[in-house]
Amino acid sequence: MTSDNKFTWTHKHLLGLENLTAREISHILDTAESFKEISTRNIKKVPTLRGKVVVNMFVEPSTRTKMSFSLAAKRLSADIVDFSPSTSSLSKGETLKDTARNIEAMGIDIAIIRHTAPGTPHMLSRIIDASVINAGDGAHEHPTQGLLDIFTMREQKGRIKGLKVAVVGDIMHSRVARSNIWGLTKLGAEVIAVGPPTLIPQEIQDMGVKIAYDIDKVIPEVDVINILRIQLERQRSKFFPTVREYARLFGINSERLKRAKKDVMIMHPGPINRGVEITPDVADGAQSVILRQVTNGLSVRMAVLYLVSGQPKSEEIE
Amino acid sequence: MLSQKDIDQTLVKLAADVISQNSSSKAKDSLVLIGIHRRGVPLAKRLKSIIEKKIKRDLPLGTLDITLYRDDLDTVGHLPVVKNTYIPFDLTDKSVILVDDVLFTGRTIRSALNELAEFGRTRRIQLAVLIDRGHRELPISADYVGKLVETKNDEIVMVRLKEIDGSDEVVITNARHKGAMALQRQKPLARAVKVK
Repeated sequence: MTSDNKFTWTHKHLLGLENLTAREISHILDTAESFKEISTRNIKKVPTLRGKVVVNMFVEPSTRTKMSFSLAAKRLSADIVDFSPSTSSLSKGETLKDTARNIEAMGIDIAIIRHTAPGTPHMLSRIIDASVINAGDGAHEHPTQGLLDIFTMREQKGRIKGLKVAVVGDIMHSRVARSNIWGLTKLGAEVIAVGPPTLIPQEIQDMGVKIAYDIDKVIPEVDVINILRIQLERQRSKFFPTVREYARLFGINSERLKRAKKDVMIMHPGPINRGVEITPDVADGAQSVILRQVTNGLSVRMAVLYLVSGQPKSEEIE
Repeated sequence: MLSQKDIDQTLVKLAADVISQNSSSKAKDSLVLIGIHRRGVPLAKRLKSIIEKKIKRDLPLGTLDITLYRDDLDTVGHLPVVKNTYIPFDLTDKSVILVDDVLFTGRTIRSALNELAEFGRTRRIQLAVLIDRGHRELPISADYVGKLVETKNDEIVMVRLKEIDGSDEVVITNARHKGAMALQRQKPLARAVKVK
């Protein structure tokens, strides 16, 4: 899995997988493959981003992604500063734009941003000179999660082309689903979105995705089941009658998995609602790669930080 | 400049030198080879098989990618592809033979030494290169040199190896030559000004 030496990465930001080519996505995955080794060393650090400043701007809660980016930046020897909205001037009414410009005035190279509003990272990338990495913007995209999911599938299955992947659950509110779909379809996998009709937007078919409402019909034919979290915090109105009913109709349990392929792979981006979208025995079972995903997230984020850092700080706008 | 036959003979000579310089039992028992990506890797593999035939023992082999330790990442423009560093053994107390194709400014070797230090305290590190073309920018020299070549600073020494390029040969080309320029691709990217 070595990259072609002639390929050059030209993006200063990572805003989503929608605007990347299959070639570019593969290049990130190949680069991440090389970074995996660093985490196995005694001294888990390389000097690549020494003197560079990375800021974590998480305007929405996060454990995994934020820690993963922090660790990734530290393994590359960058200095990382955290910004949290509740203890910042955002709570005094400062606009995000002003906050970002002020932070940039202190001299930062890479801004990692998570926000409830879709498009926030794109907006920031136009007003600041630093590289911007989208760590989740509303229900739009979460590119590094999509990348680490695809990386884990490729690592475990040896390929992406021709894989059948079911993405199960709340597709409508899921940025993870959207990034998975963009990336997987570009690389030639077949994606089936499964869930209650109220949580699957019909337009998703335009992204080249099949829709199914009965999980038991889909389970026997897929290689990967990527289970989404039921995002109670994003559901303003009720999309299904009760959590118990959802668990009964769509929850992945060992009974359902009896009809699955022997080597089916179970994924979940976390945090998991045990007993809702996935039962504990499946989440902790032999087919689950949930913790592997977290480990791989580090390599993928190191690769992304490395790649975006290679671009000149200012780019000409045509 | 060097044909396939020349390269073969040079490697045999290098292997013999490595063996004679590491004849003490301490050195022999702790000998490992590490090839620097890209062309140091196939060269290290070839040296390994020649040396193993002579000493009738397996020799551990590792690969090193120095990209993340380069001192010019800020100026190379688009970043080089990161390749695999693979050292599946502890380097503590090992006698390392570091292998590369061409020794030029010495900066690659500086990066390699820094990186190797993270893998343990070696007993000794020695450097073996196919070609030494001069023009050092750092106080670094090789312990085993296949061929010493006088070059101009702007000339390019290209080592082609079967494993990567399909054939074995070493050629020197003038930097002004078109193909050579494309191969080198080291021009710093101009920092553009943002239009607000």
